[in-house]
Amino acid sequence: MSSEIEVVPAITTRREDALSGLQGLVAKGLGWARKYSLFQYPFVTACCGMEYMTVASARYDVDRFGAALPRFSPRQADLLMVVGTVNCKQAPILRRVYEQMAEPKWVVAFGVCASSGGFYDNYATVQGIDRIVPVDVYIPGCPPRPEQVLDGIMLLQAKIQGQPHKLIDRAAAVAGGERKPLPPGDLGPEER
Amino acid sequence: MSKAVIAALKERFPEAVHDVYEGVGGDDCAFVEKDAIAEVCRHLKEKLSFDLAPYITAVDYLGESPRFEVVYNLLSIPTRARIRLRVKVPEGPEGVVASVTGVWRGADWFERYCFDMYGIRFSGHPDLRRLLMYEEFEGYPLRKDYPLKGRQPLVPERQVDDIFRGPGPAGRD
Repeated sequence: MSSEIEVVPAITTRREDALSGLQGLVAKGLGWARKYSLFQYPFVTACCGMEYMTVASARYDVDRFGAALPRFSPRQADLLMVVGTVNCKQAPILRRVYEQMAEPKWVVAFGVCASSGGFYDNYATVQGIDRIVPVDVYIPGCPPRPEQVLDGIMLLQAKIQGQPHKLIDRAAAVAGGERKPLPPGDLGPEER
Repeated sequence: MSKAVIAALKERFPEAVHDVYEGVGGDDCAFVEKDAIAEVCRHLKEKLSFDLAPYITAVDYLGESPRFEVVYNLLSIPTRARIRLRVKVPEGPEGVVASVTGVWRGADWFERYCFDMYGIRFSGHPDLRRLLMYEEFEGYPLRKDYPLKGRQPLVPERQVDDIFRGPGPAGRD
């Protein structure tokens, strides 16, 4: 295990400067690679799924953005697309799927029901999936036009490009590769 | 055709069937006493060829006594006749209706639905559980006195600061 000083430097030296510059380059490259290879997990629960199929098929062709292959295992996916209404009975399933996905991962709320509950303001429906999992991009619409979805994916790509990516996640490496389980009410920081 | 069915039913069960009327849409309706509903349904199935129960539901008349009503919509495929039977059900421990799953197997989920949404119990039902809501859910959501947005989340919800949706699970409902 590395010492405390290596992990949290008190003074920025020229070596640190050079390293952070290198890390910036690595982050840029990794961001470029990750934003064009979004493997999505479609959590399709409602009528927005039809629009999702349109986006995936030839006319609108989400493959142009590198997000073509839906993976039906959360272990292989890095973009969770919540497409449709999520009710209180399904909320534990959604949370479990999110927890099973490997880092790095992003979440898109597809449609107004996933974003805010929509007009299902009643006893059964979760008022937006951000009550359950942190969300990166909200796509409004009931259901959204395919152009809106493509716009949302482009927004997500811009967001991914701007995020700090690391080859080795130091925080995880210091903990011996063992992640602490998240507390029940919190799934990590809001800015992801 | 349906009027003849109701008349035959009234003749066969003069005590149990009352207040015959023609409802909206032309279906012939009648009120049936709660204790006699299983017997009436069995007679309809076996003697009058009502071989299908397309929909069984319930109504909550809050403030009236008896409070609930179970509505049986019945269809006879050979004669194309439809009738509707209404059963008044009081609230509380005596609000138990005899199950008609022994007559129509398909009534199973309808009665579970009525139990789930209104809390009406059916005696003799093989598997009276909630149909749509989860077991942890308290109360009956389609009752008129259930809170309109009475959500009961299964997983703890994250706090969301949103001016349109309100402060989150703690400050809402």
